[in-house]
Amino acid sequence: MSETASPFTPNPEYLVQVNHLKQYFPISTGFLKTTMLKAVDDVSFDIRRGETLGLVGESGCGKTTVGRSMLQLYKPTAGEIWFDGKKIDSKESLREFRRRAQMVFQDPYSSLNPRMTVADIVAEPIDVHKLCAGKKEREERVRHLMKLVGLNTEHATRYAHEFSGGQRQRIGIARALASKPEFIVCDEPVSALDVSIQAQVINMLEDLQRQLGLTYLFIAHDISVVKHISNRIAVMYLGHMMELASANELTRHPLHPYTISLMSAVPVPDPQESRKQKRIVLEGDVPSPLKTPSGCPFRTRCSRATKACAESCPAMREAAPGHFVACHNV
Amino acid sequence: MSMLEVRDLHTSFFTPSGEVKAVNGLSFSLDKGKVLGIVGESGSGKSVTAYSILQILTNPGRIVSGSIKLHGEELVGKSNDEMRKIRGNKISIIFQDPMTSLNPTFTIGNQLEEAILLHTSRNKKQAEERAVEMLRLVGISEPEKRIHQYAYELSGGMRQRVMIAMALACEPDILIADEPTTALDVTIQAQILELMLALQKEMGMSIIMITHDMGVIAQICDEVIVMYAGGVCERGTADAIFYHPMHEYTRGLMRSIPQMNDDEKTRLVPIAGTPIDLLHMPSGCPFAPRCDRAMKICLKEKPREYWVGRDHLSACWMNVKNNACYEERPAEGTMEVEDP
Repeated sequence: MSETASPFTPNPEYLVQVNHLKQYFPISTGFLKTTMLKAVDDVSFDIRRGETLGLVGESGCGKTTVGRSMLQLYKPTAGEIWFDGKKIDSKESLREFRRRAQMVFQDPYSSLNPRMTVADIVAEPIDVHKLCAGKKEREERVRHLMKLVGLNTEHATRYAHEFSGGQRQRIGIARALASKPEFIVCDEPVSALDVSIQAQVINMLEDLQRQLGLTYLFIAHDISVVKHISNRIAVMYLGHMMELASANELTRHPLHPYTISLMSAVPVPDPQESRKQKRIVLEGDVPSPLKTPSGCPFRTRCSRATKACAESCPAMREAAPGHFVACHNV
Repeated sequence: MSMLEVRDLHTSFFTPSGEVKAVNGLSFSLDKGKVLGIVGESGSGKSVTAYSILQILTNPGRIVSGSIKLHGEELVGKSNDEMRKIRGNKISIIFQDPMTSLNPTFTIGNQLEEAILLHTSRNKKQAEERAVEMLRLVGISEPEKRIHQYAYELSGGMRQRVMIAMALACEPDILIADEPTTALDVTIQAQILELMLALQKEMGMSIIMITHDMGVIAQICDEVIVMYAGGVCERGTADAIFYHPMHEYTRGLMRSIPQMNDDEKTRLVPIAGTPIDLLHMPSGCPFAPRCDRAMKICLKEKPREYWVGRDHLSACWMNVKNNACYEERPAEGTMEVEDP
């Protein structure tokens, strides 16, 4: 975790570095009254080249917003995004960044234009960034991309509605790969798919990573899927990052009280293991992001909360080598 | 005698493009105080099974043949008025989406009391008392205040608790839960599943749990039915299904889910192909086109269910070929047949 004092110095080991990212949305809460919804509040992390960083958390914790703010789909309220040693702040750097960083969306039904053929959907990034010289080259590239994700190239002239959910997600992935990116934000890419299809898409994402040397930010709420695909996992709660560690370390030895209860709630597909499992059931619901508690956002549901938790928000610190946690009591 | 007996149920939707056999020859029985899980992918017919039991199928769907007996009483063929006395009273259902299954224009209390007034002899005041009692039972704080609130004032987990309270208000014999936690976060899911199990023990009812999540099945079910394309692949006790799966589809499902406790990065083994088009059902085993071990007979003839253990049935030709099954239910103490 790069808790370095400003000015920020990029580390060449990392492809993407997020430094104190904040994303607030103004919400009107009454006549002429607006409140800031702090969707992401001071989040910093890095992603190594060729690595998959998993981002987990419950709905409304800000994980999707992190992905979108990183790609500048929203203009971040504060904070910096560094990509390949360069800060994304100018128009030129953004244009370059947009080609090298792509996104795969959650819903394969609404993220593909129903009036475009598969070939045009896949070729859109090519057209936008003018990556192919002629029609022939473009066609060749589309065919190559479709083959890469296991789609039948004869289906290039079909429309999105003619495909099943799993195939549509493949189209979405082919589109993301079209501009030859190095970094892909996968926002819940398999949660809309059936279990048997899920495994096909996960395997494909892993193969593509190996073949093309891709770096992923993998956002999902299904912890066993994230555990499977990620090298490291970050846990978010109410716009804050709570814990970040290697996938095995985080699932085996979680330190943050929130992560501990989150891990204990994951259902294990094994009846005997499941009977033995000690579940820590959290009381109550996640507080409204418009009225976040003072200090640590988790303290209202935490069994270990003390006075200090209400007073200040704990910063991320390295509790064990490579294991970062934001808690006063760990 | 079992509480609920379903025999050779066939439910179809008669669409302009042809008959869709959503449930195609399903049989099972449910004993008192048991939790039965129905697991399958989308389009496998698990929800339609639930709707058939309650006869809340929408046009153009209808039960084509089969029998559904509750305490020995035949439900198929009952009039809508007769079914109304059973729905919400003897058999209740919780739907997947707690956001849309509550009426936004009535208070929580109003909706709870409606079920109580309809099915019991309580008066308005007693119904309100019962509503408060039910909300307290499902772990909602300050129930006296909550009954005057509307659905939009509650969170997803709270709404699902209200749905459970509503379903249980008349102390049904059977609770059908159609993906009750799919729309919820894992920590809320853990709360709801724990609550359902606690209430089930307290009230002694049976639960039919419909889900696609093998983890949820492992957590709460005694018995499991694995469905594919409207038919049963395999059914038996949860332990039999998880530790001795005797159908290629079940085995495939188990291999394709990521395991939490694997430290090594193992590759998932997906099931090849895509789920079958219900409009064009093959004459053989519906899973045969995706099955690695499909034989000639699998493509020609649909296998019937054979016993593979005392509490375990499987519909797979492989077991017949390997002589790994019984025609009749084996005697007590018979070992589960081993997977060759």
